Amino acid sequence: MKILYFAWLRERIGCGEETVALPADVTTVADLVSWLGSRSPGHASALAPASDGRRIVRCAVNQDFADPETRVTERDEVAFFPPVTGG
Amino acid sequence: MAAIRVGLAPFDVAAELAALTGDRTDIGGIGTFIGIVRGTAHGRSLASMTLEHYPGMTERALVAIALAAERRWPLQACLIIHRVGRLLPGEPIVLVAAASAHRQAALDATAFLIDWLKTKAPFWKKETFLDGTEAWVDARETDEEALARWGATPTPA
Repeated sequence: MKILYFAWLRERIGCGEETVALPADVTTVADLVSWLGSRSPGHASALAPASDGRRIVRCAVNQDFADPETRVTERDEVAFFPPVTGG
Repeated sequence: MAAIRVGLAPFDVAAELAALTGDRTDIGGIGTFIGIVRGTAHGRSLASMTLEHYPGMTERALVAIALAAERRWPLQACLIIHRVGRLLPGEPIVLVAAASAHRQAALDATAFLIDWLKTKAPFWKKETFLDGTEAWVDARETDEEALARWGATPTPA
């Protein structure tokens, strides 16, 4: 699976893109976030929820906004990023 | 049909609007919004602003935003140009334009386009201050509120 990180997530994790082999029990975005968080302290810090439990990090699967429940497979492109601030 | 462009280059507003109109004579008005880099943020002087984006998804999101506007208002044309990379205070960041037979549709569609873009297009701004420190710009709740007035669903939270 191709995973992309943008803005401060990219800086905190230390790379903008990585290719990972998905464990069989990772089937949703929420699973993926938990699993990625165990890869390094940078991942854990970047993907952690806010202290009040709010979800900070946004996700897109195949370039469409996704929810924690969105299903993912090995063939997907998944991106993690902060709330957008363009315009 | 919407024109969408994302890139490093500056844009010429007069040339863009002339191209938008072309030879058509059924356009009665064009609404425009131009976003510009402010020289201060949180009371501190800015050296520059750097815009990052998600190539591919950005263009898809902007096309979707333009289609939503075209479904909602009778538009003859609309245009979204968004710059990325390092920009200096005073430089334009974004140009949004909507052309219609009548002003209300043109003005409303323009406001809708920029409100949607601010919450649904994957761009991120980083501020570099004159003292050399850097900070990513936080998303503002007022942007989600601006979107809500169009009866639109905010970005999944």
